[in-house]
Amino acid sequence: MELYDVVIVGGGPGGLSAAYSAYQNGAKKILVIERDRELGGILQQCIHNGFGLHHFKEELTGPGYAGRCIDLIKDKPEIETLTDTMVLSVSKDKKVTAVSPDKGLFTVQGKTVILTMGCRERTRGAIRTAGERPAGVFTAGAAQRMVNMEGYLPGRKIVILGSGDIGLIMARRMSLEGCKVQAVCEICPYSNGLTRNMVQCLYDFDIPLYLSHTILKIKGRDRVEGVTVAKVDEKMRPIPGTEFDIECDTLLLSVGLIPENELSMAAGVEIAPFTNGPKVDQRRQTNLPGIYAAGNVVHVHDLVDFVSDEAEIAGKFAALEAQGTLTPAVDTVAVMPANGIRTCVPQVLHLPEGGEPVRLFMRAGAPDRKVTLEVKCGDEVLVKKMLPVVKPSEMITLDIPAAKTVLMHDKIEVGLRAK
Amino acid sequence: METKVMNCIMCPMGCEMTVTLENGKFVSVTGNSCPRGARYAETEVTDPRRMLTTTVRIRGGLLPLLPVVSADVLPKGRIADCVAYLRNVTAEAPVKAGDVIVHDILGLGVNIVASRDM
Repeated sequence: MELYDVVIVGGGPGGLSAAYSAYQNGAKKILVIERDRELGGILQQCIHNGFGLHHFKEELTGPGYAGRCIDLIKDKPEIETLTDTMVLSVSKDKKVTAVSPDKGLFTVQGKTVILTMGCRERTRGAIRTAGERPAGVFTAGAAQRMVNMEGYLPGRKIVILGSGDIGLIMARRMSLEGCKVQAVCEICPYSNGLTRNMVQCLYDFDIPLYLSHTILKIKGRDRVEGVTVAKVDEKMRPIPGTEFDIECDTLLLSVGLIPENELSMAAGVEIAPFTNGPKVDQRRQTNLPGIYAAGNVVHVHDLVDFVSDEAEIAGKFAALEAQGTLTPAVDTVAVMPANGIRTCVPQVLHLPEGGEPVRLFMRAGAPDRKVTLEVKCGDEVLVKKMLPVVKPSEMITLDIPAAKTVLMHDKIEVGLRAK
Repeated sequence: METKVMNCIMCPMGCEMTVTLENGKFVSVTGNSCPRGARYAETEVTDPRRMLTTTVRIRGGLLPLLPVVSADVLPKGRIADCVAYLRNVTAEAPVKAGDVIVHDILGLGVNIVASRDM
């Protein structure tokens, strides 16, 4: 069985950034396994721009960002990549079994493994919309791949459910391709997409956005003919008497993303509540020694730049562990989301002697303005940061210097305080 | 004096800015956190511009479509014309990211370039 320093499952931006970081940190034999026909992951179908401002200090398209990540790892003898290769299992003892048309079924042994499988879209089944099962109901991402890579239009008259970024981006994309986007419906009283996408994708094309509205029924038997929409109350229950119909031949669903963790769970990786991804420490190590995780498989990010940042952390520590130079942890500190914070990654800190710099990635529970983000240990505030605006759709990051982590014991609380 | 509230789209921060206008002319802006925001606010009220990302057909590539991007922002009002023009453009593989696919589209002074290698 071939032995690698680091085996990386998934060749999207997470996997590629992890591979490059592992290489930079001294790993000599790195394998990236990707199930698609090429590297780059979902970025290859995200042809719009706006990627890379943080990570590459330059505004790039999705394929442009993917290209940068691929360029960083190609022609490096230390990094091997396999495409068209599906990982079937990852074991606790870091054996990775995969299958491909070229190599058949095979198993490799990793000194460490990094899980970067990303996430997938919630489908109609996940939101249980009533109606027949006509053609014309797609997830926004599936439609994006058809339009941007395969060269097909899923329909002509479109309704989009969900105002997440993929939904908004597809509203513009379909409009540019000559389709009529009838409406975007959002069950929340606020949009779940980035502000720039609201402006560029909806306002620019005069597409109506129905906040606090959902789709009750999909009409049509062979093909979608329309949807029945209703207003919802503050508990997201449809309000009787508010129903109206919108004619369409296609319904695109942008109703959330699920970290893709079947492999992680089968390996015995502990999954955290709310994020639905592996519970990780500040080095992105899971509960299983030597198995790391980063990117959208851990928690859904808003920006790919943060996926790369996080994957670099995982790549670095996996490489150090593979070389036997990882500083051992002497302290365990639990990270607890408190007031106003819904999720925080990492969920636990394993701190070495002298502490270690920690970057926290958080999501707020509700939109708010002018709040202070505080990291507290007991009654003592260790770090704080003013935030002019918080939105559930936009991730909050906070860097904690090593000197502050030394002051932590038992558990820390991360919360928002109103001004 | 009139004021206009807008969201900056220069980066994902999405700063909420207040622009002050006098007789339709830009006077000042508040709420931006960087100089790019101030520039955006001024052009958005006088001459709105957008980046364009779309696809063109490609012959001999891994995929039937090549993603392309405008090398700079285009007048918002001409985006639809540019898309219509690109509908009739076919690129030839191999293409490198950054290769010019359409030079000076519709005389607007902006090139359309490939987003990726293919």
